[in-house]
Amino acid sequence: MPLLEVENLHTYYDNIQALRGVSLMVEKGEIVTLIGANGAGKTTTLRTICGLLRPREGHVKLEGEDLAKYKSHEIVYKGIAMVPEGRGVFARMTVTENLEMGAFSRNGKEEIKRNMERVFSLFPRLRERRTQLAGTMSGGEQQMLATGRALMASPNVLLMDEPSMGLAPVLVELIFDTIAQINKEGVTILLVEQNALMALAVAHRGYVLQTGEIVLKDTAENLRKNPTVQKAYLGME
Amino acid sequence: METNTSFSWKEFVKAGLLGGAVAVLLSLVGMVAAFSGRYIVSGVFTMGQVLFIAPILLSTYAALRRNRQLTNSNLFMAGLLSGLVGSAILALLVLIGSMVNLRAMLINASPELYGILTFGRGTGLGIVILLGLGLLIGAAAAGFLLLPDRIRHALTQAIIWVLLIGLLRDLIVTVSFRWGPLSSIVRQLFAVSGLTIIGALILFLLVGGVSYWRWGRPKRDAAESFNQQRPAARWLTIGITGLILLFLPLILGTFFSEILDNVSMYILMGLGLNIVVGFAGLLDLGYVAFFAIGAYTIGILTSPELGIATMSWWEALPFALLASFLAGFVLGLPVLKMRGDYLAIVTLGFGEIVRLLVLSDWLRPWLGGSQGIQRIAQPSIGPLVLNTQQELYYLFLIGLGLVAFIAWRLKDSRLGRSWMALREDEDVAMAMGINHVSTKLLAFATGALFSGLAGAIFAAKLTSVYPHSMNFLVSINVLSLIIIGGMGSIPGVFIGALVLIAAPDLLREFAEFRYLVYGALLVVMMLTRPEGLWPEKRRQLELHEEEPAVVPAAD
Repeated sequence: MPLLEVENLHTYYDNIQALRGVSLMVEKGEIVTLIGANGAGKTTTLRTICGLLRPREGHVKLEGEDLAKYKSHEIVYKGIAMVPEGRGVFARMTVTENLEMGAFSRNGKEEIKRNMERVFSLFPRLRERRTQLAGTMSGGEQQMLATGRALMASPNVLLMDEPSMGLAPVLVELIFDTIAQINKEGVTILLVEQNALMALAVAHRGYVLQTGEIVLKDTAENLRKNPTVQKAYLGME
Repeated sequence: METNTSFSWKEFVKAGLLGGAVAVLLSLVGMVAAFSGRYIVSGVFTMGQVLFIAPILLSTYAALRRNRQLTNSNLFMAGLLSGLVGSAILALLVLIGSMVNLRAMLINASPELYGILTFGRGTGLGIVILLGLGLLIGAAAAGFLLLPDRIRHALTQAIIWVLLIGLLRDLIVTVSFRWGPLSSIVRQLFAVSGLTIIGALILFLLVGGVSYWRWGRPKRDAAESFNQQRPAARWLTIGITGLILLFLPLILGTFFSEILDNVSMYILMGLGLNIVVGFAGLLDLGYVAFFAIGAYTIGILTSPELGIATMSWWEALPFALLASFLAGFVLGLPVLKMRGDYLAIVTLGFGEIVRLLVLSDWLRPWLGGSQGIQRIAQPSIGPLVLNTQQELYYLFLIGLGLVAFIAWRLKDSRLGRSWMALREDEDVAMAMGINHVSTKLLAFATGALFSGLAGAIFAAKLTSVYPHSMNFLVSINVLSLIIIGGMGSIPGVFIGALVLIAAPDLLREFAEFRYLVYGALLVVMMLTRPEGLWPEKRRQLELHEEEPAVVPAAD
């Protein structure tokens, strides 16, 4: 049974249909990437998975259990954490306070302490800045913080929405290295990206989303070689 | 450089125009006349005069300070120009007023006002005096700028304190009557209105001297030094403040206890609204509704007039608190999905609905209609009925202590952090596992509870409630005091209430111009100190980005 399974999602914003039957699945331990152009429905898919949007049709299943019966704030207790688009750090809280908020769904003091250590060793930069207000940090640092904050919930599945957005190339590389490392430590990742090149380099498998529909799915390696993908998303002729 | 030392007369004409315009405004709204009876230094000058001189002086000084690099003689020229222009505007007002009757439109443009502006010397000579005064103001502003920093600082402090103490003469003299030996000293310093010349001189030299002596020594503002104290010292500060608060009504007497009660009531409401607006970021403009619900519940349950129930105040109190708490929930439900401006408008409507309900004839048998409810029970402890201002102060003090403690504990609690997270980013907060429905509702309900408590004590204080006390302006007052004090800051609520509620009560002449002063104060605050007078640490850091934004680690 796949860890996360999305079946035939139809999501609307009022009367405008954003997803037209999206289906995908993520096996335990994988990095799966969802690539596509602006407005293809990538963020909508992630927001539907974590319950911030409700589908009109279709299901989101975690280890076979339909998540429809949970409220949006309960999803994180099931083991799904999100790194939102545009990072969404709590600007007026310090780094430590942001991380503590990430552990809101966790009770064990020991576990929270351990997770915090783990985040700090993953991002030594955050340890240096732990008393700084998140809103005053650079984009790269905020991305690290948003990622670290999601890890504080000890998730089984990490949903990442465009972690490379607006970052300098050197930072993009750092973030993707960290994604690979987090995955090695046992976290399953669903990664939404516009930067298909980087995403396909780190992922095991990938889906291509176009105007609310999955048009391609394959292993990352095959997708990299696929002429349509090369032309449309990798900028090769 | 040539361009830097050259004299740009336009800027100084503009400064003069600005100062003059403000002076004319203060004259025409009636402030100058209202304060003309209040001497700062008896027989020498009044607050009314300060009000039309100060704008010109300050505006000239500000313009000069921006052009410090000018040569001394140019600086004086600029000052004279600006001062002259400013006073010319006032002179123009006097001249026009002497020819045309402005009173039809501007009711405060009275002969009395012209008398004040011309120092009682008639139009012709008065205008000459006024223009001369303008030149004097300009020269003074320039001279002031050229003084060494240390002396200028000492002078500024001395002037501010003389003005302040002169204005607060009534408070000080009344209070000193209660302290025999002290009053004879105080009577030497104060005249029937304002300070005596001797008193003013002593005060001037004393304050000037002290601030001259303290120049250059490290100083910290109150908020900072309090935060930096060691825990033991901090508790000592709190303890001493507590003791002072305990004896305050005995020190101050009846009249000022009334003001204290008023301030306490607003602090209570401020602490509540601070949770809703400051912590949770939900702009609530109908906050007075919960105050009304608290007050009316006490009225309905204790007044024999309506014949519904005749409980004692203490028996009715839990019901009042419960009613306002539930009302907070009820308001919260329909507005859960609303943000920002929409929320503000809906809550505004809610406040009006409650006011109109208590005013309505339809509900008159239960709520008293426009007559309100009289004969409300006052709280008693054993045989002692709390019915004087001083006794009721203690009721406020207990309520205040409780509420301030709860607010302080809530701030860094799990719930407090959830409020903050929702304020910052609702979607992300939900993804972290925060239940936005219950968290938001709790913010509304907790805020409402505090306001209901204030209303309950208010009802006991007046022994009656009327619909017209449940006016929209109460909500605005509470919101203003939070903004002035510092959004989200608990000490800020206290400071804000002192500035906005106590000050106008102490200076009775101000009462009429309360909202003009509020408005001006809010504009000035937003321009110069947007974080408030005693800001919350993180907000101050956010608004002053040039300094490293580091929050000291909690111990």
